[in-house]
Amino acid sequence: MKPAPFEYHSPSSIEEILTLKSQYGDDAKFLAGGQSLVPAMNFRIVQPSVLIDLNRVSDLSFIREDGNVIRVGSMARERHLEFDASIEKRTPLLHEAVPSIAHPQIRNRGTIGGSIVNADPAAELPVLMIALNARLKAKNKSAERWLDAKDFFAGMFTTALESDEALVEIELPFAEPRTGWSFMEVAPRSGDYAMMGVATSVTLDENGKCKSAKLVYLNAGDGPVDAVEAAQSLVGEMLNDTLIESAALHASEKEITPFGNIHASAEFQRHLAKTLTMKTLKIAAERATKEN
Amino acid sequence: MTHTINLTVNGQKYTRTVEPRMLLSDFLRHELGLTGTHVGCEHGVCGACTIMFDGESARSCLTFAVQADGHEITTVEGLATDKDNLHPLQQSFWEAHGLQCGYCTPGILMTMIPFLKQNPNPTEDEIRHALSGNLCRCTGYQHIVDAVKLAAEKMR
Ligand SMILES: Cc1cc2nc3c(=O)[nH]c(=O)nc-3n(C[C@H](O)[C@H](O)[C@H](O)COP(=O)(O)OP(=O)(O)OC[C@H]3O[C@@H](n4cnc5c(N)ncnc54)[C@H](O)[C@@H]3O)c2cc1C
Ligand code: FES
Ligand code: FES
Repeated sequence: MKPAPFEYHSPSSIEEILTLKSQYGDDAKFLAGGQSLVPAMNFRIVQPSVLIDLNRVSDLSFIREDGNVIRVGSMARERHLEFDASIEKRTPLLHEAVPSIAHPQIRNRGTIGGSIVNADPAAELPVLMIALNARLKAKNKSAERWLDAKDFFAGMFTTALESDEALVEIELPFAEPRTGWSFMEVAPRSGDYAMMGVATSVTLDENGKCKSAKLVYLNAGDGPVDAVEAAQSLVGEMLNDTLIESAALHASEKEITPFGNIHASAEFQRHLAKTLTMKTLKIAAERATKEN
Repeated sequence: MTHTINLTVNGQKYTRTVEPRMLLSDFLRHELGLTGTHVGCEHGVCGACTIMFDGESARSCLTFAVQADGHEITTVEGLATDKDNLHPLQQSFWEAHGLQCGYCTPGILMTMIPFLKQNPNPTEDEIRHALSGNLCRCTGYQHIVDAVKLAAEKMR
């Protein structure tokens, strides 16, 4: 298993990587952590003729607070997200979920941008971007634009990026006051891609009623699945077991479309989704009350 | 097109010319003759090829040698000065029977060195989580966990 030959560039500025990308277009691929791209190249599933390595572009690997958002460069490693104090404090849902991504050795290299652009329906970070209402900055040689995470994912391994664009920055709003969160997944083995997973977030108003909710699923369709109807059914209500169960039932039966795989039938995936939704909603509601 | 790279492996400096598609695992084994780094799956799953890249564990089968230019690599050959002076982690694997065929061992050692540095006093759960990215087909893992625990004691 050896990759097909390619031409290799490793410039050190954002300008240079974008100039190269506009020059080579679809023939070129960016190399971030390589933890998804290199296996695919080793199998020769993909054979880019040009690789533009982002690892020497130091301007892409920051994590910093700015007003009421955290700004993360696309080359920030998954391992850095895991141990970053701002992320732990400001976006605790992300902090809780990152250790579920692959194994420590993979997280040492894998990047937030690489995982988002890879857009694997079973991956955690795309789901988290939607759950956290992230905004993503795409840039080409001459212009840049911001996209809401929900408009970024365009199906299985597909995104809204144009062939001359790179993802350069991720903007994560701080969790609002009285927000509770929970991330859970079930995988055959710690670090494997999960059979089912959900990122859950609940924000309460001053009276303890649900002001807004998010339920976003992985491995539940051809991209991250945002169960907006189930989440909406909680809004304006005091969260109790009956309400939580009916939301979980709606999301798992009506809103997700799992395909089933060698580890789990679609039916079992729906069962997991229901159970995980109930568990995470209860934890999130409890944490939101404590955050009061 | 080839690229000239300068890198440090186990404290020794090397300059070599490589094709960009050469994997770091192949570079270590075929160009430098350091065959202690094993190759199992070449797609990141088995962990046999794990090395240290600037002190952190990483898959050498998912990195191109050209990317190691200017960086510091440590392989299993860098752990012991000679066969009578094993690294405490290696010594513990010997004493606690942490290996049978030994195919997975170099990758496990190179995963556990940075792990024990960051977690000098690990729980069994933490050890098992840290081992999740390394497959062993022989031992059933119990003796590996024991060996890591023993090493943690020796290294404290
Ligand atoms: C054994 C194993 C288990 C894994 N388990 C999981 C898991 O459980 N969950 C999970 O989510 N992931 C898992 N992964 C994948 C891992 O998280 C990857 O790190 C991640 O999906 C890709 O990130 P990367 O930085 O390595 O990107 P790369 O592999 O370098 O790139 C991925 C794709 O994104 C493109 N790209 C990268 N950066 C940019 C950018 N800034 N702009 C535009 N395009 C870009 C590349 O061209 C490529 O097409 C696993 C990987 C392995 C090997
Ligand atoms: S050979 Fe690299 S992980 Fe299996
Ligand atoms: S000792 Fe044989 S694979 Fe682990």
